[in-house]
This record gives sequence, C-alpha cells and structure tokens, in this order.
Amino acid sequence: MKIHEYQAKELLRAHGVPVPRGYAAFSVREAEEAAAKLGGSVWVVKAQIHAGGRGKGGGVKLARSAAEVTTLASQILGMQLVTHQTGPAGQKVRRLLVEEGADIKKEYYVAVLTDRATQKVCVMASSEGGMDIEEVAHATPEKILKVFVDPLVGLTDAQATELASGIGVPAASVPAAVDVLKKLYACYMDTDASLAEINPLILEGSGAIKALDAKFNFDANALYRHPEIVAYRDLDEEDPAEIEASKFDLSYISLDGNIGCLVNGAGLAMATMDTIKLFGGEPANFLDVGGGASAEKVTEAFKIMLKNKSVKGILVNIFGGIMKCDTIAEGVIAACKAVNLQVPLVVRMKGTNEDLGKQMLKDSGLPIISADTMAEAATKIVKAVA
Amino acid sequence: MSILIDKNTRVITQGITGKTGQFHTRMCVAYANGKNCFVAGVNPKKAGEDFEGIPIFASVKDAKQQTGATVSVIYVPPAGAAAAIWEAVEAELDLAICITEGIPIKDMLEVRNKMKRRQAQGGKKTLLLGPNCPGTITPDEIKIGIMPGHIHKKGRVGVVSRSGTLTYEAVAQLTELGIGQSSAVGIGGDPINGLKHIDVMKLFNDDPETDAVIMIGEIGGPDEAEAARWCKEHMKKPVVGFIAGVTAPPGKRMGHAGALISGGADTADAKLAIMEACGFTVTRNPSEMGRLLKGLI
Repeated sequence: MKIHEYQAKELLRAHGVPVPRGYAAFSVREAEEAAAKLGGSVWVVKAQIHAGGRGKGGGVKLARSAAEVTTLASQILGMQLVTHQTGPAGQKVRRLLVEEGADIKKEYYVAVLTDRATQKVCVMASSEGGMDIEEVAHATPEKILKVFVDPLVGLTDAQATELASGIGVPAASVPAAVDVLKKLYACYMDTDASLAEINPLILEGSGAIKALDAKFNFDANALYRHPEIVAYRDLDEEDPAEIEASKFDLSYISLDGNIGCLVNGAGLAMATMDTIKLFGGEPANFLDVGGGASAEKVTEAFKIMLKNKSVKGILVNIFGGIMKCDTIAEGVIAACKAVNLQVPLVVRMKGTNEDLGKQMLKDSGLPIISADTMAEAATKIVKAVA
Repeated sequence: MSILIDKNTRVITQGITGKTGQFHTRMCVAYANGKNCFVAGVNPKKAGEDFEGIPIFASVKDAKQQTGATVSVIYVPPAGAAAAIWEAVEAELDLAICITEGIPIKDMLEVRNKMKRRQAQGGKKTLLLGPNCPGTITPDEIKIGIMPGHIHKKGRVGVVSRSGTLTYEAVAQLTELGIGQSSAVGIGGDPINGLKHIDVMKLFNDDPETDAVIMIGEIGGPDEAEAARWCKEHMKKPVVGFIAGVTAPPGKRMGHAGALISGGADTADAKLAIMEACGFTVTRNPSEMGRLLKGLI
C-alpha cells in the first residue's frame, strides 16, 4: 500500500525525523489558510498523488507571495498530472501540501528496504539526492552506499556513521544525519513498511538535516496490525477495478490488452498472460481467483473483467487441484448467464474432475470454446478476438 | 530415492485443528503411505485429544519426543505462523514446511535471522520450505502439503517452482507424457523464504534417482539467476527452465508477495537469458515444459 507525501512526513515527524512545517490542503482556500498559518515569504505548493516525478510534471511550484499561493493552488488542484509513473492519462490532483520554503545547501538520498538475497534490511544512501535513484544506480552505481542490517540488532551507530560520512555529510552534521537514519530505520520497522525513502534529504545552511520529500510503501500482509496506516489509504489513487476485485478476495491488475484472463494461482496467471502474448495476443488483466473459487467469485471476476471495455474475449485457465473442475464449470456457466456474455470465451480446465467439467460446459449449450493445453487455449482466443 | 521426504518420514501437523489443517491432513493421510507418516498434531489447548486418530500434543517438542517425527507442516494462520516456524526450529526438527500465505515480511525476516543466528552458534540446522508454498511430494510415497496427489507419477524427474499451480502444470505435462517425478517441491511465492531454487537444485543434483529437473521461476528477486549460475558450474543433469511474468508490468505485485519487478535484473527476460547462458533449456511457452524435458532424457 502506498501513501501520500504529507502522510509520510506525518509518520516521520512522529518518529522524530525533522521535516519542513506544512499542511495538507484539499481546496484553494485551505491552501491559502495553510500559507497564512505558516507565515514567512516563501511557500512550496506540492501536488499530492501517489506517483513519483511530480516536480518534472509541473506539480511542485514555489510561491513568493500569498497571491501566488492562490494562483498555484488553483492551477495544480484538479489538474491531470502526468509523470513517468502515471501513464499518459495522468492522475488527477485532489490534495496539496503547502510547506515552508527550505534553505537547501546540499541534497542527499536515503532509503530503507528489505533485501531478499541477504534476508536483511538494506539502508541505502547517496550523495546524489533529488535525482531519480534508478538513473543514479545505472549511471554511477558507486555513488550508492548500502549497509545490511540484522533486524535482530538494528541499525548500529557505526553503520549509520559509515553511510552519513560516506555520502559526504560535513563532519559537524554527521550526528544529525546518523540520528535521522536511525529514526528512519525505526519508522520503517515500526510501521511494517516495505520501502521508506527520503529524496532529497537536505543539509540546510544552518547545518540542520531535514527530509524534504518522502515516500513509503507498506507490506499488505501486515496491514491488519496497523489501523493507523490503513487510515491513510486513498482510494482515489487506486484502480477502481482492483478495489472492486479486492472486495471479493480476487487478485486483479489491469493491463493494456484486449484478452481478459481468469486463472487460479499467481504463477499460472502470469504464465497464461505470457502464453497469450507469445501467440500474438495482449492480455487485458492479471486475475488470480485463488484456491477456493466459488460460482459467486467466478461471476464477480467476469463482471470485473467485462467492465474493461477493451476486453474482446476471455480465457479461463484453471488447474483443478483442491478446486474441482466441475465446480469451476458450474461457476463459468453461472457467470456467462449472469453477465449475458457477448464476447468469445475459451476455457481450459485441467486436473481434478476435468472430464466432468468439460462435459458440463458442453451440455450448457453456451458457445464456449474448449481447449486442452494453455498453448491451444491462447491460440484459440487470439484467433477469436482477431 | 527422493529429496527431503520419503515414505519413512514422520510428520507433525502444526495447525491440525483449523479448517485448512484438517482438510489437507485428511488428503495427505489418504495419499500413499500417509496413514503411517502423519503421526502427530499440535494444539496447546487440545493436548491429549486426537484428530481422526492422530494424537494432538501441546507442543512440537512434545510431539517429537512422543512420536519421533522429524518434519512438520504448518497451516497456522498468518499472525502466528512465524512463531510456529520458530517452535519447529527450537524443537530441532529436520524440516519445517510452511503452507501459510500472507505472513508479514517483518515476521519472516526476524525468524529467518533467528534461525541463522542459532545455526551460527552451533545449533541444529532446521530446513524451512516456504512459506506461501504448496509443500512437497514424493510420488507414491508421501505428500506433505496441498497439491493434488493424483496428477503425480513415480519417476526420475525433479520439479521445483515458486508457484503452486505452475508446479501442477509441469507435473501433469510430465505424467501425460509417461514421465514420472522423483520429487516435486514448491518453494513458495514470498520474498523472504527458506529453501531457494539453488538449495533444491543441489539436492536434486545429489539425488541418484533424479535424472533431470524442471525449474520454474517468476519475476522478482535474484534467486533463479543465482541457481542458474550455480548449475553452470556444478549441475550434472539437464534442466528445463521457465520464468513466468514476461508480460508483467514493473512495480506491480503480481499476486505473490515476491512477484514484483523492482530492478533491471529481476525481469522474466533477464532471468531467462541468464538461465539460457548457464546451459538450461529454456522456454517461453509453459505448455512445452514436459515435451522439452522428454527431449533431454
């Protein structure tokens, strides 16, 4: 799960990491009030969407007067902000963060994430703050420093100092940077985050260290023990089809193609998408119905796939293990009737009660195309939608 | 022979009294030598009772002492699953197989580091398979986990995969071609897990009754590449490889918690290229895994 920058800064502030003063604003008036509360003569008006690259897309602007805050807030609120992460349609801006200006002397990058290979927590830092870290990793990997933290020990002073000094924080400010790193690490662990990133972390003229921008992702498996994080969820930032699917315990992801697919198991679902592509088609979605698909669940899955107007055909690929093929056949038949299916449907069923399931589909009188292998199923659906 | 488990393995079921644990215990008992293999269950509140004739003990330690079992299978719900793994480790079992899906990553990080620390201090090494995995099966001998037993056939090909249904797909293709399996192992779809591809490949390489292996992976993480590099130097048997997720967009979690492209090297294309360079017979068509394997033996 992702959250907004202003929410990430609330978390950091609560964990003692210095962040600029600022307020979230949902309207131009709230933005004006925020600027008045902050005082001073420079404000930053920042679009709050979950995608990165907001500055380059025109979603982050500096205001030098109260009137300018009004103008910028009106411009940014409601705009379709297009960044390299939003896709060409962009994301509508519904929230702003209005912050005090900062005296930036130097920008750094710091992040915490879980490292699969070592099964430790990786804390990364770079002197190249404010940039796209993927680019830094590609062009100058030597400028990214990493330490691997044993979660049973935690980030040590020595490790934090190694990072802070290594990225060139001036000696006088190293203790402040070490403090920020340790608090960022604590925040990551306390909240069951899967990514905590501060980019840029700035050195101010005064020597103070501050988090100027922040990004968090959270482990979905751990949300049950973090109601405070769940409260940050912003449904406007999520795909409505994915939200709908999650209500029925379906794992769904929208893609760009025109062949809907319904599969049991995440690996098989990906393999089915890949097979469609291999035979010249384009999958419209990833959809894993999981282990215990009932007729109701299959019907809901069909409805969600068909809400996507690009879908010109559907491929169902089920490996019946614990889940029996006749149960799935029943679900598919019920779903076809419930949604009055108008697009071609290819069903490939394998495993437990396979013959019974196939016979049920045949007897249903519905125009369902049957296939034995994934390759045959993909060939048939690609042909049907051509 | 086989890897990890055989007909003489004795198994403790942790979470035997839950709905999932009961259902799958019945299926496992009904498979091959299961009646003799599944000798104990654990539930501190129901110690002294039994589940359909399988005695229930208060702890894994008790169950081990009373029955001599050396392996456990875990169906405990996510919030308590990491603690269940640790209980199996502290009871010094040989192998714990965790089926549970949805364990918080931090819990897995902590228990994995506790396991490594214990071992570094000279403690007994308990292998962990999973979590979020279907388990493992040695056809016609023993099935520990949630895979459908009837699609398997005893034979000499190993199968290892992160995905449950893709494992079944590969197994069914082999069985249809008349090729049996020595063992089929699901290592699970989570980012922080126990046995990885490389560990299972080493076991298959050393198993005199495995002649060839199908290795199935997916997007995310370095494990398949690491296994392939090891195989290039050491593997004496032919390997067919497939990676799911060529069409998966970066930055999106594809069902499995671990199926997430997060860098440049963990895409399906990158992994397929490395596997091919390391001598695997790779395919982009998952319907071909069995046929390709047949061509190699």
